This record gives sequence, C-alpha cells and structure tokens, in this order.
Amino acid sequence: MKGLITGVLVTLGASVASWTIASDDIQAVMQSSFVTKNQASMERLQQDAVQSVCSAPRGMPLDNKTLTTLREERLNAVVLPADGQYLGDWQRGAEVAGNGRGLQSSDDPTKPNGGNCYACHQLAPDEVAYGTLGPSLTGYGARGQSEAMLQYTWTKLWDTHAYNLCSHMPRFGAQGILSEQQLKDVMAYLVDPASPVNQTEQ
Amino acid sequence: MKTCYFWFTLLVISLSSWPLAAEDGVFDQYRDLMGDDNPAVFVIDEGEELWFAAQGPKSVTLDSCDLGLGPGVTAGAYARFPRYFADTDEVMDLESRLVHCMTTIQGRDLETVTEKPYSLRGDLGTEMEALVTWLAAESEGAKIAPEQTHAAERAMYTLGEEIFFYRAGPHDFSCATCHEQSGMRIRLQALPDLTSHSGAAEAWGSWPAYRMSQGLVRTMGWRLRDCFRQQRWPELQMGSEVSIALQTYMAVNAAGGIMTAPGLKR
Repeated sequence: MKGLITGVLVTLGASVASWTIASDDIQAVMQSSFVTKNQASMERLQQDAVQSVCSAPRGMPLDNKTLTTLREERLNAVVLPADGQYLGDWQRGAEVAGNGRGLQSSDDPTKPNGGNCYACHQLAPDEVAYGTLGPSLTGYGARGQSEAMLQYTWTKLWDTHAYNLCSHMPRFGAQGILSEQQLKDVMAYLVDPASPVNQTEQ
Repeated sequence: MKTCYFWFTLLVISLSSWPLAAEDGVFDQYRDLMGDDNPAVFVIDEGEELWFAAQGPKSVTLDSCDLGLGPGVTAGAYARFPRYFADTDEVMDLESRLVHCMTTIQGRDLETVTEKPYSLRGDLGTEMEALVTWLAAESEGAKIAPEQTHAAERAMYTLGEEIFFYRAGPHDFSCATCHEQSGMRIRLQALPDLTSHSGAAEAWGSWPAYRMSQGLVRTMGWRLRDCFRQQRWPELQMGSEVSIALQTYMAVNAAGGIMTAPGLKR
C-alpha cells in the first residue's frame, strides 16, 4: 500500500515538474519569504498532492490519468459519519456558515473554526452579504434527503476534490477545518426544510 | 478642519452600516463627494518631510536615493517599480529600495528600519507608509511601466506567476482562489481579477491607499501580507522574494494603466 502511494506521488511529482518553471527553487523562495506567526506555521507552505497538482496556472494541460487517479484517491479517503447520521442542528450550522474565523495567525486557536460559507455562497435569502465565488445554495434542501444526496453533500464538504478535482473550495473534513459535529450541523443548515436556507417562498 | 472631520466621521459611520450591494456605487459616490480630500494628503506631506529630513548616524536626507531614474528623482519613479538595480544586483520593490537607501545612505540599522514597516490597528502610521504614500503621489497620473528589460526582471515575473497559483495551507488557498476571475466578490467585497490587464491596472494603480475602516494608509506590501494572513499562511516579510515577485506579476499585468494612488478604500 505504501509502495502504491509512493508510486502515485512520484508520478504526480513528475507531472508537476513538467509545467513548473522554478519548482526546485520555489521551496527556498517560500522559506526565505515567510515567518511563522502564531498558529500559522511554516509547515503550511509544504504542498500535498492535491495542492501541488492544483497549482498549475490556468490553461496548463494536465495528464488525465494523473487527475483520475488523484480524484479516486480522494474519494476513497472520505470519512463518512461514524454513526451514519448526517444531520445535526441547523441553528448551530448557521453559526458555522457565518463564521469566517479560524486558523488565521490572528485567530484565537482555542475557539472553534468557522466554515465561512457566506464568503463564497449565497445561502439564506435574507442574508445579503454573500460572496459569489461559489454557486448559490439557496433552496439547497429541494434536492431532498435521500441517502445518496446526503452522502454526496457530505463528501463535497469533506473533500471537494473527490468530485471536482482542483475546485477552489477548502476540504473542510479532510483538512480538519471543521469537526464531524460541525459538518453535521452545516449539513442540517443546507437540507433541513426548517432552515433559513430553504425559506425560499417569501 | 473640525467640521471636515465631522462630515468624514459621519460618512464612515453611514458607509459602514450601509445595508446592501451597490456597494461600489456607494464608495464611488463617497469618492466623488470627497473630491481631492483623500485623508492621505496628510500622509503625503509627512512622507515628503521625511524624505528631506536628515536622519541616521550620517545625518543625511534621502535626497540622493536613486529610485531608478537617478539620485533624488522622485517624479514618476514609483510607476516603474519593481525594477532591477545594478548596485544591489537585485530586483527591488519600492519598499525594499527605501530600506536600501536608509541603510546605505543614512547608515541606519537594518533591523531597526525593517522592524515594523506597517502599522498595527490604532497606530498613527509608519515612516515606510508615509514615504511610500508620498512617492506614489509623485507618480499620480503616470503610466504604469515596470521594467522588464533585465533577465532578472523577467524571471521575477515568471516566479510571481507561479506563486500566484501556488496553493497551500489548511484551506488550500492561492492568490488565484480569489483573483483569477472577473466580477466576483467575497461577502460584499469586489475582487479584482489580477490575471487580467484591467483588473491588475485598477488594483496595482490604486495602492497605497487610505483605508477608511482603519484610518491608515496601507501599502501594497501590507495588502499582500494581509492577503496571506487570510490565506492562513505564515507572515509575508517586507521586501521578500515572494512579495517582490507578486508585485512584479501584478505591475506587468497592469502595464499601460494609470497610477491613481494614493487610493481611497473602505
């Protein structure tokens, strides 16, 4: 298994080297340009396979096989809720969705991280301060609560690259940004018919 | 003057509580209303005084500092940055060039002059911020024309492009996450597309800028540092290679645009 992973990484490394210009130097450049500040440590500048592959400048062709392998690897690594319950409390989910703090050097590491969903997505129709980098999720609950739908949504939150490799969205589960309970609460905020997200008939 | 501040405070209050979109429209109105009354004018004056103030162990001014157009030539100099300097054999941004002049011409201590280049909230501004603001004003209306003749300048652009797309940190953010598409916003904040000429020209040309929410002039060096804070990365150092490379990337994409700094931003 370890050999397989190493093999994948070597392949990825080779494909990365073909489009980067200064990949040998870039780590040195990074190391000399930043300093650790509070919880934002220098180790954060090391890229994993997803980050490395997804740093190709726009329009750069990437090898399809590499992409498929990596996407499948991410899909296989998704951790579903241990108790099989996808849905928590939508009211707590609303707080997570609106909270933009967490993991910045200026943030208090003893406080829970936010999901900052509103930075990029429209959700509840009465919240006007929403970003547009991601699609609108207003009325998301209309998709229903089938097992397939819940698992799809969970996976998207856990690791967006499992479906859409090199999406701009953070990997809230896989990178440990949100806890399992927080993810459940956000799930409820998205799909619960009582959630403000789904109050679309005004 | 007191009346002026009263209206200004009132505007800041009304703007910060403004409910909805048309956001940029509101700030355009504000800019129109202020006319030439950007509070940065005070910082411009301070910067000019500092340029001509004898400082350091050698007790000399910065008037012999060469910003690329010859010793003491300040008009239009900022619009040509970042650029290669033969005396240091480095591509430099304005901030690192100023540090060079302070340490060599004035004989000041490197650690001291680089210790706190940017204000913290509540501060009244730093020497670096004032100097950059005045020098930007000395380029107001000039065409953005960073040098790309030396091989090191072209390499710096290429490095900047690579860093622009480099994803890292717990959130996988790069500069491109927010700045490679047009017409997008984060919450209500409009995001310039820095890969396009128009987006880069508007952004590069309007920094340094007076930030009303902070009551301070902020430089592009600070803007980059704060972007990386939000990217959950460690702290970007003033005059570092990453900072200069990204500034080169932006300035070259912006080439042909017009310097409007010091800008006025929320």
